[in-house]
Amino acid sequence: MCDQTFLVNVFGSCDKCFKQRALRPVFIRSQQLSYCAVCVALMAAEGLHENETLASLKSEAESLKSKLEEERAKLHDVELHQVAERVEALGQFVMKTRRTLKGHGNKVLCMDWCKDKRRIVSSSQDGKVIVWDSFTTNKEHAVTMPCTWVMACAYAPSGCAIACGGLDNKCSVYPLTFDKNENMAAKKKSVAMHTNYLSACSFTNSDMQILTASGDGTCALWDVESGQLLQSFHGHGADVLCLDLAPSETGNTFVSGGCDKKAMVWDMRSGQCIQSFETHESDINSVRYYPSGDAFASGSDDATCRLYDLRADREVAIYSKESIIFGASSVDFSLSGRLLFAGYNDYTINVWDVLKGSRVSILFGHENRVSTLRVSPDGTAFCSGSWDHTLRVWA
Amino acid sequence: MTINTLHQAGSYKVQMPCLSKMERVIVGMQDPDMGVKMRNQRLLITVIPHAMTGSDIVEWLIQKFSISEEESLHLGNLIVKHGYIYPLKDPRCLVLRADDSPYRFQTPYFWMSTKWPAAELDYAIYLAKKNIQKQGDLIDHEKDYYNQLHKKINHTWDFVVMQAREQLRAAKQRRKGDRIVIECQEQTYWLVNRPPPGALNVMEQGPERGNCYTTRVQMTKNMDFYKREIEYCKKAMGRTRVKSSICLEAYLKFNEQYMPHDPIMSGCLPSNPWITDDTDYWSMNAPTVAIPTKLRVERWAFNFRELMGDPLGHIQFMEFLKKEFSAENLSFWEACEDLRYGEQSKIAESVDAVYQQFLAPGATRWVNIDSKTMEKTLEGIRRPHRYVMDDAQMHIYMLMKKDSYPRFLKSDIYKTLLAEAVIPPETKKRVFPFMRKQRHSSPSPALLLPSEQEPKGEDKGKNLTSGPSPGEEQS
Repeated sequence: MCDQTFLVNVFGSCDKCFKQRALRPVFIRSQQLSYCAVCVALMAAEGLHENETLASLKSEAESLKSKLEEERAKLHDVELHQVAERVEALGQFVMKTRRTLKGHGNKVLCMDWCKDKRRIVSSSQDGKVIVWDSFTTNKEHAVTMPCTWVMACAYAPSGCAIACGGLDNKCSVYPLTFDKNENMAAKKKSVAMHTNYLSACSFTNSDMQILTASGDGTCALWDVESGQLLQSFHGHGADVLCLDLAPSETGNTFVSGGCDKKAMVWDMRSGQCIQSFETHESDINSVRYYPSGDAFASGSDDATCRLYDLRADREVAIYSKESIIFGASSVDFSLSGRLLFAGYNDYTINVWDVLKGSRVSILFGHENRVSTLRVSPDGTAFCSGSWDHTLRVWA
Repeated sequence: MTINTLHQAGSYKVQMPCLSKMERVIVGMQDPDMGVKMRNQRLLITVIPHAMTGSDIVEWLIQKFSISEEESLHLGNLIVKHGYIYPLKDPRCLVLRADDSPYRFQTPYFWMSTKWPAAELDYAIYLAKKNIQKQGDLIDHEKDYYNQLHKKINHTWDFVVMQAREQLRAAKQRRKGDRIVIECQEQTYWLVNRPPPGALNVMEQGPERGNCYTTRVQMTKNMDFYKREIEYCKKAMGRTRVKSSICLEAYLKFNEQYMPHDPIMSGCLPSNPWITDDTDYWSMNAPTVAIPTKLRVERWAFNFRELMGDPLGHIQFMEFLKKEFSAENLSFWEACEDLRYGEQSKIAESVDAVYQQFLAPGATRWVNIDSKTMEKTLEGIRRPHRYVMDDAQMHIYMLMKKDSYPRFLKSDIYKTLLAEAVIPPETKKRVFPFMRKQRHSSPSPALLLPSEQEPKGEDKGKNLTSGPSPGEEQS
C-alpha cells in the first residue's frame, strides 16, 4: 500500500487582501505567510511584470533613440566638405620639433600649458610631475606623487599652482613655490576624491575650482580651498576619460568623453546632461572644443577623430584614413580652428584640415605612443608628450 | 588553450581594435591576386617558399593606401613589431627594411589576437627547448626568465622538460625548411610577448579600463538607466536644431576671420619665438603692453568675447565706459565673475558685498536692471549661492554687448588705438644662422605677488603703468 498525501486546506483571512478564502502557504523573505489563491497568482505575475518592464523600457529607449536620429537627420542638408569646397586648399605644411624636453624617467601621460605661453606642466607613469619653461627647456619645479600613472595634470590660470592625479583616485593641488626651504609636497592640498582613477582635470576660470573626470564614470566640480564637492555629473555608462571646458561667454558648459563611446555636454550649474553624441566605435580618449565654442572634436581608439556641431546637434565630419589603424589619444585645434592636431598610438601626429576633412601632414619623431597633445595658449606651437619619456614642442 | 584564455583573448581583440585592423591589412597582403608578390627565398641551401622582400611590402602599402614611402615604412614596421610579419634573415630583429631582405607572414595560430596573453607555461617550454637544443644558447634575459620560471613553476618542471623534448623530437621529423619556418614563427611570437629589457613592448597597455566589454556585471543597465535615457531622448526631441547649411557656413566665416591671426597657419610678426628663439613676439603681445599690435586691436572688433577676454581690451573698454558713465556695469560683471569662480566659504560675504555696492537702493554704483530680474535676484539673495547673480549678470552682459560694445567700436578711443597700433617688422634673418640665439628665461608667474597679478576690483587701471608691468620681460 502506498502512502497517500493529503492536501490540507486551511480557511482563514488572507494576509494580503484579508478576505476569507482558502489559504496557501507562501514564503516571502524567509517568512511564512498565508495567501489566498488570487493573491498567490497576482504575486507570481508581478515577478513577471518587472522583467517585462525592463525589456519594454529598453525597447522604448531604443525606439526613441532612432526617432531622435531621424529628427537630427532631417535638418542635415549639406556636408561640411561640400561647403568647404569654396575655401582655398592649404599649401605645403612644414612643422618641426623645436624643443625636446628630456627629464621624465618614464612614460609621459599628460601635459598642460601655462597662460604665459611658455611654461608647461607634465606628469608621468612613475609619479613625477615636472614644471618646465619649455622655451629654455629648464625644469623649474618637480614633485613626486605618492602614486604611479599620473594621468591628469593641469596648470592653474594664475600660474601659481598645478593640479594632478591618477591611480590614487584623487586630484591634488600643489602651490608652486621657489622657496628652497619649502618642500612642494608639504603644501599639497587634496581636493577631489573619486572611487576610481582620475583620468582628467582642469581648472575653471579661476584657481579656486577644479573639474575632474574619473574611471568611476562620473565628472565632478570641486572647491579647491575646502575640497567640497560642488556638483557631480552622472550619466556615462563606463569610465570617463577626458573633458574640456567650453570657451563660451557664459562659461557654463563642458564636454566629456568616455569608454561608453559617448561624448556628453553638461550644464555645470545643474549637473544635467544637455546633449549626447554616440557615433564612435570605441573608447573616446580626448575631446576638445572648436575655438568658437559651437563644436567639439573627439579622438578615439577606433582610429578616427570626429567633429560634432552643437547647434546642429550631430556629427558633421569624420577624420580618418585607411592607413591609420591605431587609436587617436589626444586632439587639439590650432588657434583659427582650421587645423586639428591629433596624436596617435602609432607614435605619429596627424594634422587634419578641419574644413575639408583631408589630412594635411603626418609628423614623425616620437618613438612610442603619443599620449597627450596641446596647442599653446597663443597658438604659436603645440606640445606633444609620449610614452618614449619625452615631450616635443612643434612649430 | 583554455576557454578562459579564449575569452580574454576575445576581449583583448575588442579592446585593441587596431589588431583586427592590422589583420585585415595582412589578409589583404596575402590575397593571391592583389597581394604582395611572393617568391621562394633561398636561405643558404634551404629554399623557403612564400617569402617576400621588404621593398615589396613597402611598395604594396604605398599603392594600397596612397601614402608616402616614409609612412609606408613606418606602418610596415609596426606590423612587423606586432609580430604579424617576421624577417627570415636576422630574425631576432623585428625591423622592416625596404630592401630585398626576406620576410614571411606569421601563422594565424601565433597572432596577437588569437594567443594572448602568452602563457607562462608555454614560455617555459620554449625556453627549455632552446636550452636543451644548444646548451647555453639562452641570451641573458632569457636565462633570467628561465631561472625565474624554474622557481615559480617548479612543481610542473618535469612536465615542461617532457613537453620540450617531445616538441623537439617532433620537429626533427619535419623537413628542414618547415623546421626553420616554425622556429622563426615561434621566436617572433616570443620576441613580441617577452621583449628583451629596454626594447619596445608593443603590447603594453595603460591601466585597465572598465568599458562595456570588460565589465561582466552590467550594473548600470537597470531600469533607472533606461528611464534616464528615455527622459533624455524626450527632451532632446524637442530641442531646436539649426540646419546644417547654416551651422557649417559659420565655420567658413570663423576660419576667414581668424586665419590671419593663427601663427601656425599664417606666421606671426616679428617672428615665431619657437622658430627663431626671439621672444619679441611675446613681449609685444604681453597682457598689458603700452602699444598693442594692429592684429590684436582688430581682433577686439570680432565679437564682444574677444574684447573682454584680452586684459588690455578689457581695460580700454572700462576707460570708454567711464566716459559714458556706465563703468559700474563692467565692475558689476567682474564682481559677479569673482563670485561665480570664487571660494565656497566666501560666497555669502561676496553676495552681500555685491548687493551693497551695486543692487541696494541708494548704492554708490547702482546698476540698472529690469524690475523682474531685480526682484528675482533680491529673492535669491536671501539664500545666497554662487549662481544667485547669474540672471542679473547676464542682463548686464547683454546690455554691454548690444549697446556699449558697438559704440566702443565707433568711439575715438578705439579708433585712436587702431591708428596707433604697430605692425611689427619681420625679424631680419640672422647673418650667422647656425649660431643659436641665446634663449632668455622669463620670470615665472608663480613669483609674482598676488597684487601684481590680474588686477581685481573696479579700477583695473590703477595698478598698471604705461610700460610693461614689473613681472614682464623688458623689451
